[in-house]
Amino acid sequence: MRDAVKTLFGRLQQTGRLMVGLPDYQAYVEHRKRTHPGEPIMSYEEFFRERQESRYGGANGKIGRCC
Amino acid sequence: MTNVLPRVGWAVLALVGAIAYGVVAVSRGETINAVWLVIAAVCTYLIAFRFYGLFIAEKVLEVDPNRETPAVRYNDGLDYVPTNKYVLFGHHFAAIAGAGPLVGPVLAAQMGYLPGSLWILIGVVLAGAVQDFTVLMISTRRDGRSLGDIIRSEMGPVAGAVALIGVMLIMIILLAVLALVVVKALAASPWGTFTVFATIPTAMIMGLYGRFIRPGRVGEMSIIGFALLLAALIYGRTVSESPELGPLFTFKGETLALIIIGYGFVASVLPVWLLLAPRDYLSTFLKVGTITALAIGIVIVLPDLKMPAVTKFIDGTGPVFKGGLFPFLFITIACGSVSGFHALISSGTTPKMLESEAQGRFIGYGGMLMESFVAIMAMIAASVLEPGVYFAMNSPAGVIGADAAKAASVISGWGFVVTPEMLTQVAQDIGENSILSRAGGAPTLAVGMAEIFHRFLGGKAMMGFWYHFAILFEALFILTTVDAGTRVARFMIQDLVGAVIPSFRVTKSWTNNLIGSALAVMCWGYFLYAGVVDPLGGINTLWPLFGISNQMLAGIALIMCSVVLFKMKKEKYAWVTLLPTAWLLICTLTAGLQKLFDPSPAIGFLAHASKFGEALAQGQVLAPAKTIEQMSRIVFNDYVNAVMAGAFDLVVVAMLVFGVVSVRKALASPRVTAIEIGGKMGHA
Repeated sequence: MRDAVKTLFGRLQQTGRLMVGLPDYQAYVEHRKRTHPGEPIMSYEEFFRERQESRYGGANGKIGRCC
Repeated sequence: MTNVLPRVGWAVLALVGAIAYGVVAVSRGETINAVWLVIAAVCTYLIAFRFYGLFIAEKVLEVDPNRETPAVRYNDGLDYVPTNKYVLFGHHFAAIAGAGPLVGPVLAAQMGYLPGSLWILIGVVLAGAVQDFTVLMISTRRDGRSLGDIIRSEMGPVAGAVALIGVMLIMIILLAVLALVVVKALAASPWGTFTVFATIPTAMIMGLYGRFIRPGRVGEMSIIGFALLLAALIYGRTVSESPELGPLFTFKGETLALIIIGYGFVASVLPVWLLLAPRDYLSTFLKVGTITALAIGIVIVLPDLKMPAVTKFIDGTGPVFKGGLFPFLFITIACGSVSGFHALISSGTTPKMLESEAQGRFIGYGGMLMESFVAIMAMIAASVLEPGVYFAMNSPAGVIGADAAKAASVISGWGFVVTPEMLTQVAQDIGENSILSRAGGAPTLAVGMAEIFHRFLGGKAMMGFWYHFAILFEALFILTTVDAGTRVARFMIQDLVGAVIPSFRVTKSWTNNLIGSALAVMCWGYFLYAGVVDPLGGINTLWPLFGISNQMLAGIALIMCSVVLFKMKKEKYAWVTLLPTAWLLICTLTAGLQKLFDPSPAIGFLAHASKFGEALAQGQVLAPAKTIEQMSRIVFNDYVNAVMAGAFDLVVVAMLVFGVVSVRKALASPRVTAIEIGGKMGHA
C-alpha cells in the first residue's frame, strides 16, 4: 500500500516536471551510467539548465505548446 | 461467458449515450441540465476510443508493440526518453491544451449549444483524434521528425516549403488573436490588469530563486509563484477600488495592445530562465489545475444550460461572428474538434518519448478526446449564463451601444429577454464596471466559471475573485504562448532571411536577436493593433482568419497522412484520413472564399473594402469610423486581411495538388514506398 502511494506520488511529480519540459533526472543518470560508463554526467543543476535552454532557447525554436 | 460481459457493458454504455443525445437534441423550449451533455460526451469518447481508435491502431496503422520506438533507439535521457504512458499523456495534454478549445466554443454558443457540441463530438472522433494519432505514429516511425520534415521527405521539397509558409502564417495570426483576447479581457479592468501585470515580477522572483537560490527546484518555485499570484489576486480588488491606484491600472484597448507588443519584444529578448520558463511553470500547472477544477465543478454543481439548443443566429446574422452555420461554425470551433496545431506537437516532443507503439492510441487519440472535453466544458460554461448576458458580453459596441439600457433593449429585441439591472448586477457581482462588449471569449468563460465555482466554493461574495482568477488563468498561458511563439517566429524569420543573408542565421548574435524579434513582433503586432482599433471588435475579423488557418494546417497534416497511407499500400483504409481531409478542405476553402468574395460587407473583406473605399472617394465617413483617416485604415486592413485569406486558400490548394500527385505516384508503384525506420515494413 505504502509502495503504491509512493509510486503514485512519484509519477505525479514526474508528470508535473515533464509538462514543463523536465524529464526524469534519475533516469538520465542511470542511462549515462549504463551506456556511457566513465563519461561525465551532468549534475542536477546542469541538467536543469540544459533542459530549460533546450525547451525555450535552442536554435530550432521548438513549438512546445498549442493555441 | 467471459466474452459476453464486456459486450453487454458496451451495449449499455451505447444505450446510455444514445439517451443522453436524445435529451440534448430533442428538448426545446425548456432548459436542460449540463449533465446530459457530459454523459453524451463521455459515452462518445469511450466508445470511439475502444472501437474506432482500436480499428485505426490495428487495421490502418498496424501498430506493432515489438517495433523499437525512437525513444528506445536513441535514448539519451534528454530528448529521447522512454516514458511511462500516463506521464507522457500528461505531457502531451499540457502541450495541446490552450486557449483555443476554450474560446472557440464560447463564440460558437451564439448559435445555441447544440450545433457546436455536435461538431465538437463528431469532429474529434472522425477528424481531430484521427489526425493527432496518425501524425504521432507517422512521426514515431520516422525518428520523431517534425511535420515539415516529413512532408518534405514524403511529398517533396516544394510541398515542404509551402507547408512551412503555412505554419509561419498561422503563427502570426495565432499570436495576434490570442493577444487580442487578452486585450479585450483587460481593457478598462484595473483588477484584471493589476493581477496580470503582477505575474511579471512574480515570474522574475521565481526565475531568480530557481537560478541562484535553489537551482532547478520547480516545485518550490511554483509554490512561491502561486502564493504571490493569490496575493496579487486578492490585493487586486483593493487596487481597483482605490481612487489613486485604480486609474494607474485602467487602460484603453489601444494602450494595452502597445504594452503587450512592447512586452512581447522585451520578453523574447530576455534570457529564458528569468521570465519565460518560470511563467511557463505557473501557467502550465494553473491551466491543468483549473481545467480539472472546472470538470469537478460541473459535476458537483450540475448547472442548467440556459442558452437555447439552437438560436435564430444559425442563419448567419449573429452579432458575435458573421456567416452561416456552414462553414463558419466549423471554422470558429477549431481546437476542440480538430486543430492543425496539434500536428506540430504530435510530431514534436511526444514521439521522442513514446515507450511503445502500442501506447500511441492512448496518447494521440486519447489526448485529443480529453482536449475535446475541455471544449465541451467551455460550451457548458458559456451556456449557463443568461443568453441576454451572453449576448451583452459578446456583441460589439457598434451593435448594442455602450450603456446598459440601450444594450438591454437591443438584445431583448432579438428575443433574449434581459433588463439593464441584470447587466449591471452581473458587472457588480464580478467586480467590474461594465460587462458590455467584452468580446473574445475569455471574459464570458470567466463569468461562466465564476458562476459554477462560486456555487460550491465561497458563495456570492467570491464571484469577483473567481472571475478574476479565471481571467488570470487565461491571460497567463496566453502571454506565455505569445512570448514563446514570438521566439519561434523569430527563429523562423532568421531561418528564412538567413537563406539570403547567411550571417542572419547566427542566433547567438544580439543584433540578429533584436532585429529578428522586432520583425516577429511587428508581424503579429500589426494584426493585433488593427483588431483593437476595429470598431466591430476585431475578434469578428481575426477569429475566423485564425480558424481558417488552423483548419488549413489540419488539412495539410491530414493530406500528408493520406499520402503516407497510400505509400504504405493501405489504400483500402485511406478513407479514415481522406474523409476528414475532404471535410476540412471544403470548410476552409468555402470560408476562405466567402471571406474574400462574399458580396455582403459583413462577411467579405473585398465587399467591405469597396463599400468603405467608395464612401471614402466621396469624402463620406461611414460608421463606425469617425474620421477620414480611420476610413482609409479600414480599407487598408481589409486588403491585408483579404491577402491573408487568399494566401491560406492558395496554400491549401497547392497542398492538395501535391497530395494528389504523390498519391498517384504511390498507386502506380507496386511496392511500399513509405520511408519508415525500423519494423518489418521499414527500409532502415
